[in-house]
Amino acid sequence: MHELPITQNVLEIALRHAEEAGGGKITNIYLVVGRLSAVVDKSVQFYWDIISEDTPAQGARLHFRHTPIQLECLDCGTFFEPEEMTYICTACGGIHIRVAGGDELCLEAIDVEQEEAAPAESGSKHP
Amino acid sequence: MSERITVVEKITQANDQVAELNRARLDEQRIFAMNLMASPGAGKTSLIERSLPLLSKEFRLGVIEGDMATSLDADRAAAAGAESVQINAASCHLDAPMVKQGLDELDLDNLDVVIVENVGNLICPASFALGTHKSVLIASVPEGDDKPYKYPKMYRGVEVLVINKIDLLPHVSFDMDYFRQGVEALNEGVITFPLSCKSGEGIEAWVEWVADSARERIGQA
Repeated sequence: MHELPITQNVLEIALRHAEEAGGGKITNIYLVVGRLSAVVDKSVQFYWDIISEDTPAQGARLHFRHTPIQLECLDCGTFFEPEEMTYICTACGGIHIRVAGGDELCLEAIDVEQEEAAPAESGSKHP
Repeated sequence: MSERITVVEKITQANDQVAELNRARLDEQRIFAMNLMASPGAGKTSLIERSLPLLSKEFRLGVIEGDMATSLDADRAAAAGAESVQINAASCHLDAPMVKQGLDELDLDNLDVVIVENVGNLICPASFALGTHKSVLIASVPEGDDKPYKYPKMYRGVEVLVINKIDLLPHVSFDMDYFRQGVEALNEGVITFPLSCKSGEGIEAWVEWVADSARERIGQA
């Protein structure tokens, strides 16, 4: 259920960056969603279809890149991907664990289609 | 013509920024604030009711209540002697802007401690920083001893764990060792208070911790 505010943030960030890049229609949105972030793609998509309506991002495709859970054992230094959601080192059985990855929740990039017939080519504002 | 624009922005950034502002405001006012999280029925409001009369001897208390509907919880907090504001969150969690709204409504100049009662939920609140100083999770015996294993994110993200309803231990199958083993694996050394809001057992130790934390915060120049 927390996907609604998350999706609203995605829309807000995407619109802001598109605007800064000179406007245009947003066609693709690239998200990084860690397995630990407890965000459900389908739920984000559901809200997206509703809240992006009548914005420059309407119809944009959402791409979800899922990053695996990476844990680091602070006892023996092993990095491992737990099979089940247990925070126990697979190498030494230690329980001093740091989450090294998998809790990301980030908007990585967007594709923006510039309006055609731009009389003065404004060049690349963004690399 | 299509252009790829690199963004790389944390999606909860807007919330985190407001959380930082909340924290700065609390610090400036020398207020100790804590975020109480739990599943529905674990005893968040009961713990507040139990704690307020003891804490109010020394501190001026404010409560921000997140509730899906009704002001029942805020009414209970007010009856127990706190200045309380109700935020009908209509959401599964409180976020930093909602807490900001709560802080706006409280008379911060005349408060020492603010208790934020989050919406009953073990998933969503873990993702949203509020700006409070301490996060407290209230578990309760009848929920079962497997909850740390099922909600690792919540159990990892708190500084204090209250285990409520220990008066029910003889009546339900709750293996305290198994529970604690799960907690310890997720959050080693987390401060734990087994207690019963009903019988009052263990309440004093918890209240003492709140009082110490508040004194430390208030005393800071």
